[in-house]
Amino acid sequence: MSSTKPWGLLAQYENPATLTHACSRVKAAGYEKWDACTPFPVHGLDKVMGIPPTKLPWAVLVVGLTGSTFMLFFQSWAMGWAYPMIVGGKPLFSMPAFVPIWYEVTVLSSCVTAFLANWIMNGLPQPYHPAFASKAFERVTDDKFFIMIESEDPRFDTEKTKTLLKESGATLVEELEA
Amino acid sequence: MSHAIEKPTDITIPSTSLFAKLPMIGGAMAVIGLGATLASAFGEHKARAMFAYLFGFEVALTVALGSLAWLLINHLVKAGWHIVLRRIAEAAVMTLPVFAFLFIPIAALGFHELYPWTHEMDEILARKQWFLTPGFFFGRAALYFAIWSVLAWVLYSNSTKMDSEGDAKKRESMTVRLITVSAPGIALFALSSSFAAIDWVMGLMPHWYSTIFGVYFFAVSILSFNAFLALVSMGLQKAGVLKTAITTEHFHDLGKYVYGYGVFWAYIAFSQFILIWYANIPEETVFYMTRVEGGWQYVSYGLPVLHFFVPFFFLVSRHVKRSRVGLAIGCVWVLVMHVVDLYWIIMPNAGLHGEGSHGPHLDVSYLDVTSLVGFVGVFLAAFGFFLNKNKVLAINDPRLEESLVHENF
Repeated sequence: MSSTKPWGLLAQYENPATLTHACSRVKAAGYEKWDACTPFPVHGLDKVMGIPPTKLPWAVLVVGLTGSTFMLFFQSWAMGWAYPMIVGGKPLFSMPAFVPIWYEVTVLSSCVTAFLANWIMNGLPQPYHPAFASKAFERVTDDKFFIMIESEDPRFDTEKTKTLLKESGATLVEELEA
Repeated sequence: MSHAIEKPTDITIPSTSLFAKLPMIGGAMAVIGLGATLASAFGEHKARAMFAYLFGFEVALTVALGSLAWLLINHLVKAGWHIVLRRIAEAAVMTLPVFAFLFIPIAALGFHELYPWTHEMDEILARKQWFLTPGFFFGRAALYFAIWSVLAWVLYSNSTKMDSEGDAKKRESMTVRLITVSAPGIALFALSSSFAAIDWVMGLMPHWYSTIFGVYFFAVSILSFNAFLALVSMGLQKAGVLKTAITTEHFHDLGKYVYGYGVFWAYIAFSQFILIWYANIPEETVFYMTRVEGGWQYVSYGLPVLHFFVPFFFLVSRHVKRSRVGLAIGCVWVLVMHVVDLYWIIMPNAGLHGEGSHGPHLDVSYLDVTSLVGFVGVFLAAFGFFLNKNKVLAINDPRLEESLVHENF
């Protein structure tokens, strides 16, 4: 065993049920810097892990409304004042004609925000992660379930944490190098 | 999950609940409402009474057609989440054959008063004459009702038969049959409901045409039905039925449907408007021109705000959709706007033609109320009858477990 502190511990589980159970154990033990990785969404896992509700909708709402308002004013300004042009005999300020673009920009700004905010909030892009060094972790996109606990966690103790993970039903526990 | 899930046992409606009395209450509403409306149709206000009748007819019919669309879509995509709600939709879909009888007064009594093409003629109508003849019109109506009734019966009977079917293999094949029927069924539904909207509602103004009108009625139908379904589900839980089967997750999904189809309604309504507004052809603009005077302008300007923006911002939050009270308020609001929307589509045509004709004029009559009460009564009576007839849950459906543990993210 190396004398340097590992980056963290990686534990492998065989199915969603044991993983969910293990997550509740880790949560109960009071760990904070940890995460679970699964090949597919496991229902209810976020509740067991005690993850707070996402703030993503707020970002989407604020930017969506901003984009929406901006586009409405921009069109009014462009069509009615900066570059007045009569189209089809309609008045310069023709609200119905603005609606399609207004709508599209609302959708576009909301979608792009949802996409980008999702990346930022999840710390992406992340070209390297210590877990990538593990051979076992390759199966996270296939049929295995994992829990990672970082050594940064105040409650982290290599031996004790290892015991906890093993007791919670892990079939494999590895140390991850930083 | 791997462990077995217990099937709910609270799946029959208690005889003391309001739902058990629905056929009685609805029947009473139907007799009073339709009686008063049709009695007036024999008096001097015949035309007005028939318009009120058509308005009530369309309000209830669109909800019933919405249930058919809802079932067909869910079968076709092999949905699993909706199983706990499906029996409610199946009770609603069985109201469709009733509308064939309710159509008789429109065909026999108010045909002349409602549809100007029956007695007026000009160059435009001459070109449409091959389509707008009484024989073809009645034939088409018969075909629509035949399609809807057969589809409703197939969906309903295959599902309810499953309740007492002990053989799992047979239940599988029944499920497959439901899916197989839904594929051609949804095409037939799309065509028949579009043409029904064109025949019965667009025909009120035979010079005018809008190619998106059928889609508009689909939007109206599926939106109102989802709101109705959410409200009935809450009511059933209050009555002590399906208390654990229908969860917040299902209500959340219904809320998403009400929200999404509300946006869809606005999208379609605006698509219809902007093309007509841009092109500015008198033949097309006549629809909106009759709705910007005589008091109708307030409804016309109110609809985008009250039917779209208000529910849009109200239901946008996940927390509102997941709260019973929030969703109930949203659904009641949507259903009220559904009534206003159809009133706005149908009523401005009243009094435009025939003797003593006048310009469009917003003039709510007690007949509109009696007609609405009557048709809501008929719908609820038939709906209540079929709801009480069976278990309120498709207890033997192969995907019931999937539905019981359904969860959103």
